[in-house]
Amino acid sequence: MNLSQSLQSASLTDPGRVRDHNEDCIESRPEIGLYVLADGMGGYNAGEVASGMATSLISDGIQEAWRPRDVDRSGREDAKALSDRLIREQIARANGAILTTSQNNPECAGMGTTLVVCLFYDNFVAVAHIGDSRLYRLRGESMEQVTRDHSLLQEQLDSGLITPEEAKLSQNKNLVTRALGIDPTVEPELHVHETQPDDIYLLCSDGLSDMVEDEEIRLTLITLKTNPSLTVQQLIQAANDNGGRDNISAMLIRVAEPYGVPRGWLARIKALFR
Amino acid sequence: MAKLILSVDGQVLKEYTLSKERTLIGRKPHNDIQIDNLAVSGEHAAIITILNDSFIEDLGSTNGTMVNGKPIKKHFLQNNDVVEIGKHKLKYFNDAPAAASAADFEKTMIIRNPAKAAPTPVAADKSMGDTQTNLKALGGEVVKPAPAPATTQPQSPAAPQPQPQAQAPRAPEPANAPAAPAAGALREAAIQVLSGAAAGRTLDLTKNLTTIGKPGLQVAVITKRPNGYFITHVEGATYPTLNGTSLGGQAHSLGDHDLIEIAGVKMEFFYKP
Repeated sequence: MNLSQSLQSASLTDPGRVRDHNEDCIESRPEIGLYVLADGMGGYNAGEVASGMATSLISDGIQEAWRPRDVDRSGREDAKALSDRLIREQIARANGAILTTSQNNPECAGMGTTLVVCLFYDNFVAVAHIGDSRLYRLRGESMEQVTRDHSLLQEQLDSGLITPEEAKLSQNKNLVTRALGIDPTVEPELHVHETQPDDIYLLCSDGLSDMVEDEEIRLTLITLKTNPSLTVQQLIQAANDNGGRDNISAMLIRVAEPYGVPRGWLARIKALFR
Repeated sequence: MAKLILSVDGQVLKEYTLSKERTLIGRKPHNDIQIDNLAVSGEHAAIITILNDSFIEDLGSTNGTMVNGKPIKKHFLQNNDVVEIGKHKLKYFNDAPAAASAADFEKTMIIRNPAKAAPTPVAADKSMGDTQTNLKALGGEVVKPAPAPATTQPQSPAAPQPQPQAQAPRAPEPANAPAAPAAGALREAAIQVLSGAAAGRTLDLTKNLTTIGKPGLQVAVITKRPNGYFITHVEGATYPTLNGTSLGGQAHSLGDHDLIEIAGVKMEFFYKP
């Protein structure tokens, strides 16, 4: 089943209005429902090396091993477990490759990247993230932040040290507590979520979430939901209008129709005639 | 680095740099900021500093702690805040570095745990005292972007840097909160419907995004931006027209008294007097 029909998507990345180059990197494989976003950092302009390696290695690695035709034969729970294992493996592989590159090339020393990976399959989405790049979900009128930042600020919020209002004034916004390519091992946070028709998923880098209030993102998603590519353009434009101080990336996926895998002999035969 | 200037009756007494995680203020000699006055409790207040942020907490003092004229138990200090303890004033300065170059500013950096312990979330404890342990658990190490290719060398992950090293480039304070779109600077505008059942009605363009048209048939959005109002096609097989010309897929700037035709209805955009 080709998912690009059930899942409408659009992606855009922009250097913003302050930086002269873009350290964000995005890659999508709509046929298999795979979306990867990375926000690079560190090194002497090597952030984009790290984010570029992360998105291409992980996308290629997953596409190589994730063959929906084969996965279709296993049960739904097995497919979830398989997606979980595969994403972890590919993240670990990319982590090793980035670390090796940074150790062997002085100009890349200290580079690393945040990451969000979404793999849609059989009415669920497996979400892995590292750092402060985010996934939001709009369901009906309400928007939720699906991922929780791995950042100093989030830890302070969790411990009750500061309130969400105070967090907006913090000077420690840019400090992440996990990143890909920094240490020999990395612990991605991975969860599987059930999707519903009409859900909208938004992957973004902090260049969007720091510059545009959640409420404005929500209203944009609701107002323009029939047009994904206009939505991402509008979001990036809003971030730039508010200053565009960082690179901005947005990937939007709208569940246009259910994309369940037919299971059982009757359903499979029916699917043949669809 | 943030600093405090101690004064009484407008007379500056001393300047303190907030270099420690926990800075104690009180009457007794062991305090980092000692104020020898009977209105001040033995241990009166503490300032907890985490990288670029500082918080003040009253330690159950007899006469209380004020910030900007209001009594507080705990407060997140912002540049130019004035802390009052008895007749003494402490002015807080955190003038985010004009020094940080534009290129460096707000770059994402990573804080690592050198012990590589499982990255467990910190305990959900409301007390300020826990801050120190939290920070220690984090390791407090900040990996800075390598300065230049010639001078860089692979960093050793085992060596935690001393706390003062953990100074990340800071953004100038006003730029820190997401700036509201400069709506105030833009003139208010509205559209008036000229034909159809709703003829004569006006719609104020107060929101950042206003959609017009018929869902499923033809919809356009008017975006309110710092530099004016723009119209863009959203959905429908055919495009709305602006002054008789098809919109196409692009955004178009709206001028006073421009004519829009969408889903068979004519309307006029105008700036309010």
